[in-house]
Amino acid sequence: MSATLATSRRRTTPVPIGALAAVGVAFLAIPLVGLLLTTPWSRLPELLTSPVAAEALRLSLITSLSATALAVVIGVPLAWVLARAHLPGRTFIRALVTLPLVLPPVVGGVALLLAFGRRGLIGQYLYDWFGVQLPFSTAGVILAEAFVAMPFLVITVEGALRGADPRFEEAAATLGAKRWTILRRITLPLIGPALLAGTILAWARALGEFGATITFAGNLPGVTQTLPLAVYSALDTDREAAIALSLVLLAASLAVLLLLRDRYLRGGSS
Amino acid sequence: MSLDAHVQLGRGDFSLDLSLDAADGNTIGLLGPNGSGKSTTLRCLAGLETPQAGRIDIAGVTVVDTDRGIDLPPEQRSVGFVFQDYLLFPHMTVLDNVAFGLRARGESRQAAERRAREWLDRLEIGDLASRKPGRLSGGQAQRVALARALVTDPDLLLLDEPLAALDAGTRASVRSLLRRHLADFRGAVVMVTHDPMDAMVLADRVVVLEDGRAVQTGTPGDVARRPATAYVAQLVGVNMLRGRAREGVVTLDDGGEIRIADRAINEAVIVALRPEAISVHLQHPEGSARNVWHSRVSGLEARGDLVRLEVEGPPALTAVITPAAVADLALHEGADIWLTAKATDLDVYPA
Repeated sequence: MSATLATSRRRTTPVPIGALAAVGVAFLAIPLVGLLLTTPWSRLPELLTSPVAAEALRLSLITSLSATALAVVIGVPLAWVLARAHLPGRTFIRALVTLPLVLPPVVGGVALLLAFGRRGLIGQYLYDWFGVQLPFSTAGVILAEAFVAMPFLVITVEGALRGADPRFEEAAATLGAKRWTILRRITLPLIGPALLAGTILAWARALGEFGATITFAGNLPGVTQTLPLAVYSALDTDREAAIALSLVLLAASLAVLLLLRDRYLRGGSS
Repeated sequence: MSLDAHVQLGRGDFSLDLSLDAADGNTIGLLGPNGSGKSTTLRCLAGLETPQAGRIDIAGVTVVDTDRGIDLPPEQRSVGFVFQDYLLFPHMTVLDNVAFGLRARGESRQAAERRAREWLDRLEIGDLASRKPGRLSGGQAQRVALARALVTDPDLLLLDEPLAALDAGTRASVRSLLRRHLADFRGAVVMVTHDPMDAMVLADRVVVLEDGRAVQTGTPGDVARRPATAYVAQLVGVNMLRGRAREGVVTLDDGGEIRIADRAINEAVIVALRPEAISVHLQHPEGSARNVWHSRVSGLEARGDLVRLEVEGPPALTAVITPAAVADLALHEGADIWLTAKATDLDVYPA
């Protein structure tokens, strides 16, 4: 009897902690509930197919997928180098890779502008030699999104490469496999789940990108106005459209969470 | 000669300097304690590590020659490697694992899978073809690893502690399976082990490696009967006594003496005495045994269905007796006993 009392007492949450935790839940939940409650559900199809919304949806899809592809193409080799190569200054490179995670996106946008703007470090040559102008273009949006999204991919893939046993690659080599075969048939499949998770994370981050995009690429409907920018613009002019577009982004976020639930939602229970 | 190798390698305090050769169809057992350089030797042969100096010929192909700057990568050597923990690719089925080597060498999927299936059938695991390695028992994984290494028909087969990861029951059956397939294998085999039983059963010749040097080479029987170092003696469970022989008496380095049959030997010798050849008595024994020692029990340890009896000495000895004898003689640590050994049961050879 006394034993059961003792256990049950230890399991009880102290009142102040419980109360503050409840405030925490409410703090996160109320805004989302508000969004759902004020959503003009009957007008939703009409709002989402309006020219501005449809354009923003299309643009967001194209740019976020392109930015994710760019992040994978250059991010996976970067992760490989960080995990496997013995090069000096690796700590510095890793810091550089991590920086966009904590850097205010608007600062990222300013930095991109200084590098790739028409007068920028590289941008001036791109313009003079090739006539390429990245700021205020769709390509600029992709660049800005890739800049902030790539760290998610690199860090996830690097961790997986570190965790993968390199002796599997040795075993493959003794079986006659050349480096490319080993990479394709052993290394990449072994880190497959992490690569997928990193890609989804990077895509989610690219989809939601706002600060760097508006700073570097501006807010031109049909050219650089992605979903988050369209939400921001519509908030003053067409509140219901802003809510409808927000709902799309919320749905995308929930989808990502579901896809990655094994990785992030099982926290303490595993 | 199917394998002819000399490798030299230094790393910090450790240095390896070893010559190995094996004819076709021969199995070399590389026996040694942890850190003696066994695994490093295998890795050099496979091309996973490069010796600082040396030369390795496999079936007439020079794969390493540091003088001429030759160092073929692993994928260009005709070598099969069975790793200690098998390293089966976890994301592939058993069939894909076994077919991998053939596919990597450019065979079509169909041909590779057909040969892989043949090997799975030979090793009596055809029914496991579609399983993933995570769902195999140790013995099954060992067979898959063997099939994967043999399917490419290598000239040299390397086995790294092939039975170490198995439990005792599985070990015996896999050992006999391995014995059958090594007998069929036409190339040379180098097997690393620290279990003398594996070496005795599977190897044609044993090379004992200590601190990166071969300290003894011979048939398994020779090595078991006439160990050259304390490590080997302990490994094969033989009492090894060093001393100087003169007119049929060996004065032992660690104190005491022992009588041997051959009066002509006059040099530093090693006397090997099998624990089973020692008899244990409570009183001074009558009889013809030439060697009688009065001593005290320092330890008793059950080993399978026998008991190992450690005796203080000098000479310090290990005897093996039955549990019934332990009970009959009421033996315990500290008990006063007499030991006898016949001179004809001793193996005496130059140190």
